[in-house]
Amino acid sequence: MSKRIGKQTVRLSEGVVILSAASTVGPKEAEGPLGKYFDQKVEDQFFGEKTWELAESKFVEKNMELAVQKANLKAKDIDYILCGDLLNQCTGSTFGIKNLEIPFFGLFGACSTMGESMSLGAMLVDGGFAKHVLTGASSHFCAAEKQFRFPLPLGTQRPPTSTWTVTGDGAVVLARKGEGPKIVEITTGKIVDMGVTDANNMGAAMAPAAAHLLKSHFEDTGRTPQDYDVIATGDLGVVGRELVVELLKKEGYDMDSRYTDCGILIFDDETQDTHAGGSGCACSAVTFCGYFYPKLVSGEIKRMLFIPTGALMSPTSSQQGQPIPGIAHGLVIEGCEKGAK
Amino acid sequence: MDTSKKGQQEYSEMVKKASPNSPIFMDCIKAFVSGGIICTIGQLLLNFYTGRGISEQDAALWESITLIGISAVLTALGLYEKLGKFCGAGTIVPITGFANSVVSPAIEFKKEGMVFGMAAKMFIVAGPVIVYGTLTSMLVGLVYYFVK
Repeated sequence: MSKRIGKQTVRLSEGVVILSAASTVGPKEAEGPLGKYFDQKVEDQFFGEKTWELAESKFVEKNMELAVQKANLKAKDIDYILCGDLLNQCTGSTFGIKNLEIPFFGLFGACSTMGESMSLGAMLVDGGFAKHVLTGASSHFCAAEKQFRFPLPLGTQRPPTSTWTVTGDGAVVLARKGEGPKIVEITTGKIVDMGVTDANNMGAAMAPAAAHLLKSHFEDTGRTPQDYDVIATGDLGVVGRELVVELLKKEGYDMDSRYTDCGILIFDDETQDTHAGGSGCACSAVTFCGYFYPKLVSGEIKRMLFIPTGALMSPTSSQQGQPIPGIAHGLVIEGCEKGAK
Repeated sequence: MDTSKKGQQEYSEMVKKASPNSPIFMDCIKAFVSGGIICTIGQLLLNFYTGRGISEQDAALWESITLIGISAVLTALGLYEKLGKFCGAGTIVPITGFANSVVSPAIEFKKEGMVFGMAAKMFIVAGPVIVYGTLTSMLVGLVYYFVK
């Protein structure tokens, strides 16, 4: 029997269990509104390392270890790791997991990487190719600034539409069997290019991809936004969220208050000066693992649509005046029965 | 999603409406006052040096060196980025901003080595200022030569 429903969506045969979720964040995220939900909070941006890049890898390493430990497993029980980040050639991930000795697929989906890794991991498990898969994504504010913008000590101003890259790593262990929330459907996003060139307005660049994914998902499944307890995009921030609401209104869908964005949840602009919200691979990853996962476990959320979003650009493409195409990956995750775990 | 030219234009209008603008008026006031303060400090330094019997030309040089030195130290301490965040163009335009733009990549890229990191990357921000500054002064010089 085909698992495909509609053009972009697949339904997994039995659902893939998210056995555990772990989040490790930096100091600014720990001070933010979601601070108390994260597993590990690191005071030092360098995490005891010499460079920002190695610090990011350490976030990956420590958090991946924690995810495996929380699932009551050992590294040897994991069949594959799927993860990625924003650094050139994904070294944030590779240097973080090289000592784990687990078969590895490196992924790049910009800030949508958590959605991409969970989607592919769930497919691997559902296809019978793996018993346990570890998936995750990471980013680091300082490493991202250095690579994509300006050196940190430079005295610049950021426009109100800009977002703040989240420092941290989020990771989940996916399994065929076990207790936990289940990934039941996956809607894979297409690249959508609406010609936005402003690298300081990533929310606007990614919103059309998120809106397109939502529309495709609703068409494929026959559902509406009201069929979910929570719909959470990755890192659109306040500007991007507003645009998604408007774009879907044109398509006849009412994205009400159950629609939120991880970038809006993770920081408080008034006290943390983060402008439009959080961004980076870790934004959706740590918010899902720290904040949403326990609510799915407790049954407080029965069904959520999780949509990490990414801006597919590089400093070179941006400097050459190319637009910033967006991508979004959607996962339908069903919570446990209330009181089951 | 309508990705045609028309669709993109419509979307661009939506983005404009949804995106808050920078507080230009307040930014200008802050830049004016902070830039003015830096220039006043410069003038005080100039007066101080000339008061010590240094010729005006040399005193101007000492003044610049002092401001650059202060800016470099503030950059290294991580304070100039905080000033820059508040003052904007007020701290970018004076010579202190130029010093900040040289010192900050030097610090940031030191990890990639003294040659290919610090030295090679030192002018990634200030480079254009030097190139176009030199070019402009050449053009002005030429015009001056023929018009004089």
